[in-house]
Amino acid sequence: MRELKLMKGNEAIAQAAIRCGADGYFGYPITPQSEIMETLMAEAPWDTTGMVVLQAESEIASINMVYGGAGCGKKVMTSSSSPGISLMQEGLTYLAGSELPCVVVNVVRGGPGLGTIQPAQSDYFQAVKGGGHGDYKLITLAPASVQEMADFVEIAFDLAFKYRNPAMILSDGVIGQMMEKVELAEQKPRWTMEYIEKNHTWATTGKKKGQERRVITSVQLESSVQEEFNFKLQAKYREIEKNEVLYEKIMCDDAEYLFVAYGSSARICQKAIEIARSKGIKAGMLRPITLYPFPIQQLQELAKQVKGMLSVEMSAGQMVEDVRLAVNGKVPVEHYGRFGGTIHSPNEVVEALEQKLIGG
Amino acid sequence: MAKAKGAIVVDTVTCKGCNICVSACPTQVIKLADQVNGKGYHYAYMANPDACTGCSNCAIMCPDTCITVYRVKQTSAEPTIH
Amino acid sequence: MADTYTIISPENLVYKKTDLLLDNVMHYCPGCSHGTVHKLIAEVIDEMGIQESTIGIAPVGCSVLAYNYIDIDWQEAAHGRAPALATAVKRLMPDKIVFSYQGDGDLAAIGTAETIHACNRGENIVMVFINNGIYGMTGGQMAPTTLPGMPASTCPTGRDVKRDGNPLKITELLAQLPGTCFVTRHSVHTPGNVRKTKKALRKAFENQLANKGTSLVEVVSTCSSGWKMTPVQSNKWMEENMLPYYPLGDIKDE
Repeated sequence: MRELKLMKGNEAIAQAAIRCGADGYFGYPITPQSEIMETLMAEAPWDTTGMVVLQAESEIASINMVYGGAGCGKKVMTSSSSPGISLMQEGLTYLAGSELPCVVVNVVRGGPGLGTIQPAQSDYFQAVKGGGHGDYKLITLAPASVQEMADFVEIAFDLAFKYRNPAMILSDGVIGQMMEKVELAEQKPRWTMEYIEKNHTWATTGKKKGQERRVITSVQLESSVQEEFNFKLQAKYREIEKNEVLYEKIMCDDAEYLFVAYGSSARICQKAIEIARSKGIKAGMLRPITLYPFPIQQLQELAKQVKGMLSVEMSAGQMVEDVRLAVNGKVPVEHYGRFGGTIHSPNEVVEALEQKLIGG
Repeated sequence: MAKAKGAIVVDTVTCKGCNICVSACPTQVIKLADQVNGKGYHYAYMANPDACTGCSNCAIMCPDTCITVYRVKQTSAEPTIH
Repeated sequence: MADTYTIISPENLVYKKTDLLLDNVMHYCPGCSHGTVHKLIAEVIDEMGIQESTIGIAPVGCSVLAYNYIDIDWQEAAHGRAPALATAVKRLMPDKIVFSYQGDGDLAAIGTAETIHACNRGENIVMVFINNGIYGMTGGQMAPTTLPGMPASTCPTGRDVKRDGNPLKITELLAQLPGTCFVTRHSVHTPGNVRKTKKALRKAFENQLANKGTSLVEVVSTCSSGWKMTPVQSNKWMEENMLPYYPLGDIKDE
């Protein structure tokens, strides 16, 4: 039986984590996402599913606890908001370098620095370009509703384990804090040790007799071997780009102008489409659901159809660069967005479309 | 001179000639060889085998665990005075 | 009584390398204490019969490649983060035996927070702490445990406590925390001390089996390359200089 409930996006993340059979959550409080750990602690899943929940001493410790748990082949996750995610970058590059699966939730707030606790989308670059040192990628999912906050936890775990790579749920303070109805999935059992030992043959679960010892590491002193490993990682990323692009097209069939927006900006753009169309402007939207891999092909197709694209994001213009790269000069691509914790209104978005692309 | 009660075998390939076994030996059995091994280290060897008691001090101190130790248990060949 | 050649036969064998030590030649410099401590850990795991359930967490530092030498499952942590990894591994798999192996830079400088909080939570793990008062791997820089006046490449005229601060007795600090059950300091510079260190390691692992909390075994060690001495001189220097500041023995045993 699926249950329908009213809750915050952050609470949905926590509920979904328990229900998808997560083994562990390690985190450190930070606004606007503390409800994730608060909900987990209130639910006390250690008594029901056996899930471990631990408040760590820092985001650095949290992400390294995730590393330890992921190294054992367990479904482990953490969550934070922008300044905390910055602290986790070291751990994330080690996770990618050791090819460990995990889920990291970033409920983004305005920066730079301590910034503001209000919502923003200014961590796009950090999420999709790697974020830490070295050549690596995070599979990045961008939920636009409380329902997607819940659903993406399991999808993120599935992708993380399929590719042995960290996956990030890039949300923002709007989606984290707002309440919507959400249908929660049924409780799934946690993986047994037998399942893990059979399916995750890389995990450190103790060296059995006659079995090679397993080592989770990202260090390779021989540069030629490290280069080989990098080729392997890149091949993996090409596979992800080929197979895992998720997106939503809204009112695109007859669109002459395209909004490209994710997360809460995509919700705002839905209203902006209505306003634009009431003014006789045929607007549509491509909503990337995966920010990495990015829907490059879909944008290239749409570039043949539309007169211009407006990347709408609560940042000074980050995703716009990827949109421009995707359409490669075929049509004009502009950016609009309020940032630093301020949210654009649908009317502002339509005005920007008119001024920047239509020339009104 | 007393007859040997113990003996060591040094893995001269792994030995790094650190001299710690030499200093750990209570009966001055071990020395570093004039020759070197493949890595250029003057490896340890039993220079004074008769003095070895098989106490294992050298082996447990050896950072590269390249010493194996043997020790004669009491046998009938050695009369015991009661 | 026999001559040397007849003594060397299987029935007389009294000491050989444990099978848990792999045949890889250690990358450590001649005389390095790491090798001795690795051996002791391998022997303890072997003698306790816990090879199949033990997971080691390697640090960043000279012993970054510790996993090449002991035949168990390992995870290699980011610098200083081994206690965080160990925390998760143990909590997610409470029936496994988990230990971290860390140097002074790893445990007492960059990883101080992870160290203190793992100990304070009383994580049921073993932490092995190699304190040689210097950063070996990066070429002999000052460590949190470098003695006053002791030279290092980033304090070439010796540690000046006014400029560089005081050496950190983190082991004494950790003994204050209610989460630790066994905090002890040893060395491997004499055969007697090697035997005591091994006993302490064994006790630490047994504490974990008994769910007693965090056991921390510090081994005051040498770094002959960093200290620019021979290994034998290093042992002597350590005894004369390090041990008065870092006295050996149990600091806490509950």
